[in-house]
Amino acid sequence: MAALTDLTLAAARDGLKKKSFSAKEIAEAHIKAVEGARALNAFITETPDKALAMAAQSDARIAKGEARPLDGIPLAIKDLFCTEGVLTTAASHILDGYKPQYESTVTSNLWRDGAVMVGKTNLDEFAMGSSNMTSYYGPVESPWRRQGDNRPLVPGGSSGGSAAAIAARLALGATGTDTGGSIRQPASFCGIVGLKPTYGRCSRWGIVAFASSLDQAGPFARDVRDTAILMRAMAGHDPKDSTSVDMEVPDFEATLDKGVKGLKIGIPKEYRVDGMPAEIEKLWNQGIEWLRAEGAEIREISLPHTKYALATYYIVAPAEASSNLARYDGVRFGLRVNGDSLDDMYERTRAAGFGAEVRRRVMIGAYVLSAGYYDAYYLKAQKVRALIARDFEQAFGQVDAILTPTAPSAAFAIGDKMDDPIAMYLNDVFTVPASLAGLPALSLPAGLSGDGLPLGLHLIGRAFDEATVLRAARTIEKAANFTARPGAAS
Amino acid sequence: MALDKDKVAHIARLARIRVEDKDLAPIGKELDQILSWIEQLNEVDTANVEPMTSVASLKLKRRADQVTDGGYPEKVVANAPAAAHGYFTVPKVVE
Repeated sequence: MAALTDLTLAAARDGLKKKSFSAKEIAEAHIKAVEGARALNAFITETPDKALAMAAQSDARIAKGEARPLDGIPLAIKDLFCTEGVLTTAASHILDGYKPQYESTVTSNLWRDGAVMVGKTNLDEFAMGSSNMTSYYGPVESPWRRQGDNRPLVPGGSSGGSAAAIAARLALGATGTDTGGSIRQPASFCGIVGLKPTYGRCSRWGIVAFASSLDQAGPFARDVRDTAILMRAMAGHDPKDSTSVDMEVPDFEATLDKGVKGLKIGIPKEYRVDGMPAEIEKLWNQGIEWLRAEGAEIREISLPHTKYALATYYIVAPAEASSNLARYDGVRFGLRVNGDSLDDMYERTRAAGFGAEVRRRVMIGAYVLSAGYYDAYYLKAQKVRALIARDFEQAFGQVDAILTPTAPSAAFAIGDKMDDPIAMYLNDVFTVPASLAGLPALSLPAGLSGDGLPLGLHLIGRAFDEATVLRAARTIEKAANFTARPGAAS
Repeated sequence: MALDKDKVAHIARLARIRVEDKDLAPIGKELDQILSWIEQLNEVDTANVEPMTSVASLKLKRRADQVTDGGYPEKVVANAPAAAHGYFTVPKVVE
């Protein structure tokens, strides 16, 4: 039998039900794996005692024949989700020692279904980054290496710890959050599946806020089926988040294998950007052929405002962040640096507590919202955002899903691109437009770069149509037969 | 458009982030670089476009106006760097 850390979530679920192994055994195997992989720095906090206690409850329920949908499944939780009594840092110095007095709705849903927490994963500070290098707790190393090159690579970001943990077999699934690509880009870099659902599908209550009109929680897993299972558990209406939608959550797993016959798949011509590496273009064309071979109809579409999405995002997201992060003032939680006055205390606390990228974005946000500049920057960005959303609306009049690459490159080395914020921002060129429009989008591993690193394909769907995205992803997954695994997990 | 030191100091003040004098110029350069990149949006004609303020176009749900939470000041102040008698404490703000 395969190692317990190498099972799919679905296989572990079925094995637990048949009592082929216990929740305790799976928890112990993963706790050991987490301890053995500390060099990756994927976790900020390990929670082995909690994992064992939760596993014991799962085993008791399974013994009584009362197994819940995720009983005994070890999960890694991005350290942006508040977990009651467990340190929650957002990878920021300013949240030193913060232990929430409540549990986020998404994690509550997972524990309700019986899942087991192995730890809280590292991320870019306040989820601001595409490399996991802005974490106060240090960068995460990807378990992958280029062929013949031992330099450590980034796992992507911001949910880099969660993605690295899944690729390195440290949990069977993980939570992430995605504001402009923070689930999909790390999924692509780490050779796993990541899904950002439609805005409103998951409650944001208890998730440390970055940009509230964009933030969504979503799952990571090693295959499409496991992603579908986790998505169903995480989603659902929550009266505590007025933007969460009161709509039935479908059984995504049940419709996975319906195939793509008759589906219309759009290929946006504006995503063929200048300087796209040949191997990414080749993989994209391969993805088109895989879908066509299974009976999908391929159509070229136009999303004319694509090139303005990144600039729009870098106004809207910092503006919302500057407002959300106003709460870190040294009064209610975390770090306080004393000063001569209340204002001086605020300013010293925030200077010491926020890292360089967070300070940069909060200042940009404060500027674009300030008197005299609001119309020129923020209002303008909101208008362009409306045009980007309209592009998608028109496209979805003709097609059922859209296929693009996830990222313009494979993973890069730790330390690269840190001196040029805009080069770093360009990582999200293909993921940001769907975020601005609030649409569901998924990345799945579809091939390897010339030097042996995973490359992802990206599917975007209609609002609240995660089911079609997952179906199309399952079709590509079968055709791609991606079996490569990182050195650290082979 | 270049951000001078006074402008950067003003932005830092709005953001309530202390910036040392020697850092004003380099930060101004960084912010300038980002702002001039953002200015490409001026190419887009948005004359008759309504700003998009929310992705969710749904009507907000209503609920009864009732107290449904609270009554645990010790939990509210549990993470405060300084608290006394169930209150947050701050440096003196009145003379």
